[in-house]
Amino acid sequence: MGDLLRLATAGSVDDGKSTLVGRLLYDTKSVLADQLAAVDRVSRERGLTGPDLALLTDGLRAEREQGITIDVAYRYFSTPTRSFILADTPGHVQYTRNMVTGASTAELAVVLVDARNGVVEQTRRHATVAALLGVPHVALAVNKMDLVDFDEAVFDSIAKEFEAYAVGLGIRDVVAVPLSALDGDNVVERSLRMPWYSGPTFLEHLEAVPVFVNPGDEALRFPVQYVIRPQSAEYPDYRGYAGHVASGVAKVGDQVVVQPAGRVTTITGIDTFDGPLDEALPGRSVTLRLADDVDISRGDLLSAADDAAEVTQDLKGTVCWLAEQTVSVRSRVLVKSGTRTVRALVQSFNERLDIDSLDIVPHVEPFALNEIGSVTLRLAEPLPIDDYRTHRHSGAFLIIDEADGTTLAAGMVLALDELRTARCL
Amino acid sequence: MSAITAAEKIARDHQDHLDQLDVLESESIHIFREVAGELERPVLLFSGGKDSIVMLHLARKAFWPAPVPFPVMHVDTGHNFDEVIEYRDRTVDELGLRLVVASVQEAIDSGRVRERPDGTRNPLQTVPLLDAIVDNKFDAVFGGGRRDEEKARAKERVFSLRDEFGAWDPRRQRPELWDLYNGRHRPGEHLRIFPLSNWTELDVWRYLQREDVSLPSIYFAHDRDVFLRDGMWLTAGAWGGPQGDEVIERRRIRYRTVGDMSCTGAVDSDASTCDEVIAEVGSSRLTERGATRADDRMSEAAMEDRKREGYF
Repeated sequence: MGDLLRLATAGSVDDGKSTLVGRLLYDTKSVLADQLAAVDRVSRERGLTGPDLALLTDGLRAEREQGITIDVAYRYFSTPTRSFILADTPGHVQYTRNMVTGASTAELAVVLVDARNGVVEQTRRHATVAALLGVPHVALAVNKMDLVDFDEAVFDSIAKEFEAYAVGLGIRDVVAVPLSALDGDNVVERSLRMPWYSGPTFLEHLEAVPVFVNPGDEALRFPVQYVIRPQSAEYPDYRGYAGHVASGVAKVGDQVVVQPAGRVTTITGIDTFDGPLDEALPGRSVTLRLADDVDISRGDLLSAADDAAEVTQDLKGTVCWLAEQTVSVRSRVLVKSGTRTVRALVQSFNERLDIDSLDIVPHVEPFALNEIGSVTLRLAEPLPIDDYRTHRHSGAFLIIDEADGTTLAAGMVLALDELRTARCL
Repeated sequence: MSAITAAEKIARDHQDHLDQLDVLESESIHIFREVAGELERPVLLFSGGKDSIVMLHLARKAFWPAPVPFPVMHVDTGHNFDEVIEYRDRTVDELGLRLVVASVQEAIDSGRVRERPDGTRNPLQTVPLLDAIVDNKFDAVFGGGRRDEEKARAKERVFSLRDEFGAWDPRRQRPELWDLYNGRHRPGEHLRIFPLSNWTELDVWRYLQREDVSLPSIYFAHDRDVFLRDGMWLTAGAWGGPQGDEVIERRRIRYRTVGDMSCTGAVDSDASTCDEVIAEVGSSRLTERGATRADDRMSEAAMEDRKREGYF
């Protein structure tokens, strides 16, 4: 059984994103006969000579009628060595919200460029969103190589320019692949028309990217979801704390601190339906038993005792505004991080990332949909929270409307100028 | 219970990363626990179909050693396969669950819904489902929908917000980031929860095999009296078939999905074990819904329309 890679695509319709995604699905034989028949029928109705693979990723009728993609769509394909969950997001400027959503869970971001146009404003915007969300790997698909006569120099120049930019943003791993999604060159099958290219095909690269970060490097974070107390004849005194390992490794015998309260205790058991474990890796859902009879409930965070999260009532972070609704300074909102939700007051809006120029500009007005900027919140009670750069799960939060429950913003504990600093390096 | 040998279990527990099924299982368990932690009155849709069987198995794992902390609900079209109802009742009994039945027949008898001329009852499930949600004050309904099934489902959230009419508005759905789910809703609204969102049909089968979970027998090859309608093999029965010049044949078939008898088609198959089904699904040239669901063939946007009306 292989492992699982989550990736997100960004790019505009014109870059051929839908065609690339359609090509990946088609060439990995993830498109079945009835889906293909529907694509053939619609392609013929539109007077096309061959199947338009972009139709494979078309979604709702509302979108087809308006010729737009309104949201993140998830696609599934697999090879003998790995399965893929692809968050397919539209790349238009007004859909920053969707790019941020897709990138939040991705281990790899696919950025598309049209080889004729090279790195453009939108390319830089996509790379910036990937960097902001801490996506560890970025793959640059230099598409439409057929329209530049498969010219190696064109590819080299685009790849060099993008790599320099991406590394400047702090992206750890960048790989560029020259391809033609329309004809399938270097997507799944190696192109015979670019003999000068010796790197991996696009799919080979997706199969080779490491998904496994050494969890020993990270400190344990375990948000408590639910307290399990069967009070049954078989388990009269059982008390376990159900959750999933957000980062690090949970090991029997490890000392943990219960945050925000601060009491230290020891993991005495790791339980699952299939039997006890000695240790639990990141992402694993388990139930922990602890040495002391501590008062722990949903919302508490169990952290490595020697490397715990910061506990604070003053939260400053970078947010992407996700809703049409805005809130003003002094508004009451809810902040959710891990399994804890606390009341908060909006203290100030500080600055904003101009998504076109990618400059950081002063900004004191409420954020509007799709804006990315810095906000300061005062929390009604202490919240354990991490630096997003080191803890992608426990450094993230949502801002929620108290009245109707709308998710207003996605937030990360990081300073916007970290991005600027990185860019100047 | 488990088919995992001791050696395999040790290998799994000492691996340096989780495999695909481990990741999917943990993600689903996380979702079950979030809902139990944040919502007041969840219920799990349990039809005796394979996806709902996987869901129930995951729910048991999520709360072990405590029992599953919510009831299960079956939306009963009245056109059931005996084998599936028997499986449902036995499972509910063995696990000591509370079963809520939302009956399409009762809704027809009381005039809440009207029988369709084609005899298909799948679209009629929406009214009894919504009635049961209101009557029982359920605020979260676990469904077995998967994003790989169909286009409209590909855009579905894990926590899907429904208004007081049970309707799904794609534009009102909340973005879902990281592993932070937002279960807040106004009175009268409820959430549909899809813990299997990221599973594919093949994942479901591989997981059923790995966990050695039993299934109703109709999922495996057997001889059955069927007739051909709209290119699908349907089970002959009192629900309304065969009609006109439709002819009954005895064929070796199995079901890939289980739903209302009137619109769930069987496929020709010799697959009589999980292994053989996995081999068959792996090489199949038709999606599960394309092969076996008449209701999804009605129009290109059939599922989108039904979801807007409050369907699963």
